[in-house]
Amino acid sequence: MVKPKFMEGPLKGNFASAYAAMDADVDVITAYPITPQTTVVEKLSELVGEEEFTERQHVEYVRMESEHSVGAGLVGASYAGARTFTATAGQGLLYMTEMVHWMTGARLPPVVAIQTRGITGPGWNIWADYGDILSLRDSGIMIQFIASHQEIYDSILQGFNITEHPDVFLPLFPAYGGFVLSHTAKPVKRIPWEEAQKFVRPKTPEWPHVWVDGERPIMSNALIMPQNFYTEFRIKIHEAQMNAIPVIKDTMAEFEKTFGRGYGNGLVVPYKCDDAEVLLLGYGGNALQAEDAVDKAREQGYKAGALRLRTYRPFPKEDLLHYIKKIPYVAVMERALAFGSPTGGAVSTDIMAICQRDPKARNAHIVPFIGGLGGRDVFLDEQIDQIKILYELKEKGEVPDRKYKMWDTFWTGLITGDKKVEVENQEYFGDI
Amino acid sequence: MTEEKKNWELLRMNREKRPKVQNWTSYWDLPYGPVSLPVKGSAGRTGDWRTFRPVVDNEKCIKCYFCYMYCPEGTISVNDETGFVEIDYNYCKGCGVCATNCPKECIDMEKENK
Ligand code: SF4
Ligand code: SF4
Repeated sequence: MVKPKFMEGPLKGNFASAYAAMDADVDVITAYPITPQTTVVEKLSELVGEEEFTERQHVEYVRMESEHSVGAGLVGASYAGARTFTATAGQGLLYMTEMVHWMTGARLPPVVAIQTRGITGPGWNIWADYGDILSLRDSGIMIQFIASHQEIYDSILQGFNITEHPDVFLPLFPAYGGFVLSHTAKPVKRIPWEEAQKFVRPKTPEWPHVWVDGERPIMSNALIMPQNFYTEFRIKIHEAQMNAIPVIKDTMAEFEKTFGRGYGNGLVVPYKCDDAEVLLLGYGGNALQAEDAVDKAREQGYKAGALRLRTYRPFPKEDLLHYIKKIPYVAVMERALAFGSPTGGAVSTDIMAICQRDPKARNAHIVPFIGGLGGRDVFLDEQIDQIKILYELKEKGEVPDRKYKMWDTFWTGLITGDKKVEVENQEYFGDI
Repeated sequence: MTEEKKNWELLRMNREKRPKVQNWTSYWDLPYGPVSLPVKGSAGRTGDWRTFRPVVDNEKCIKCYFCYMYCPEGTISVNDETGFVEIDYNYCKGCGVCATNCPKECIDMEKENK
């Protein structure tokens, strides 16, 4: 057996994606590059030819001419029963959108890693912003927000156990901040092949619901008339989302039992919530940084806790309510803007909705914060300030004012003209 | 999934054992997604649409089976004994794709005169 070139050490987030896909024993990878995803498919194109992998697995690496075709390729290969993987971001994901709806409509189980990137609206932007993945919020895909390099690897490895579960059959899109995680390196541990194969769901020659076989031809997902079950099949996608909640939990529990590391219960990750009086709720890398903010604030006497939303679709209603009922002062920090929505944030709107439906959470204070758009840094001080705002609210009974509060939402990091903004000529693009 | 075989799971069996008509009664009975079975003539006798009838000249035919591959309706079959192609005129729509793709130009599109 050839010795693997890499087993553990510092690894870029995108390379962690690539190794995870190989270790999950994928059959088909369709690929088209886009910043900041490019190094995922570049690395995969290397790995599929490396001796370590060629001696035990065959991966069909298909170069496509666009993201739309990448999606179509995944759909086609998935129909035939293949385990499929790709990665994309920003505009690429938008271009793939139609095919993403096909994946969920046909109930196919690919895993697609997303290196979130600002949607090109006011000028081009390629930096971390979850607006791209959240634009597919209602498409039926499962969405996870990933916060660390090791978690990227672990989440993709767990991915197929969730997507290929017979109660689920929906694609999973684990999303992590472009450049923040994709192009930085941190220690990552790969799981040795044999152990990984014991954990990853055994392959089946075909799915129970669709297959490609000339002897048993089927026509899948043809026209459905309004009176003929279109409604029911749409509801079935929702049912699959609901079914995924226990599946995600079980998968995470099994992973933790086997490999000794985990991320909360797979849905939410609490930090110092036991005695907390106020709660910072967020997702992705910012939510991990919130744990530092909690530690710093505690030094100053503020008893804060942090809760990281790891799985956004399906929405972990029960788990969130569990913490919100205990800690009814909640700042929801988001790195994406849902234009025209009640709060400007998709997640805070959802959280307000679940609180409304639970009598014990109805009086919780949900304070929306939005910041870090298009890759702008969210600083530790800003997060500590969020904690202080919650304390002001707790003591005075109403949400305090700030210059950067508009329409009842705090726009963290808003350029208000009070501080001199340094304009830099030097642009940093990393190794795109 | 429940233990008992659901109605839709019968579809997985070979073509002959499939149920003739799928009877979905409710939401709880449905498969994951809509799957339909290509049953012969499910859209009626499409041969009635034909204006031109493809006629194969077996003298010139070289049994390349291009027509068989190209026919969008799957109405061309190969006779196991003779090896020549046969067209099922009950369902051939007369589109002429076979005639266009025949390398020997031995399929004639004759006007139906009925
Ligand atoms: S005319 Fe069209 S439908 Fe008829 S046999 Fe030729 S290809 Fe098939
Ligand atoms: S394409 Fe023409 S030559 Fe080939 S099998 Fe058909 S009729 Fe014969």
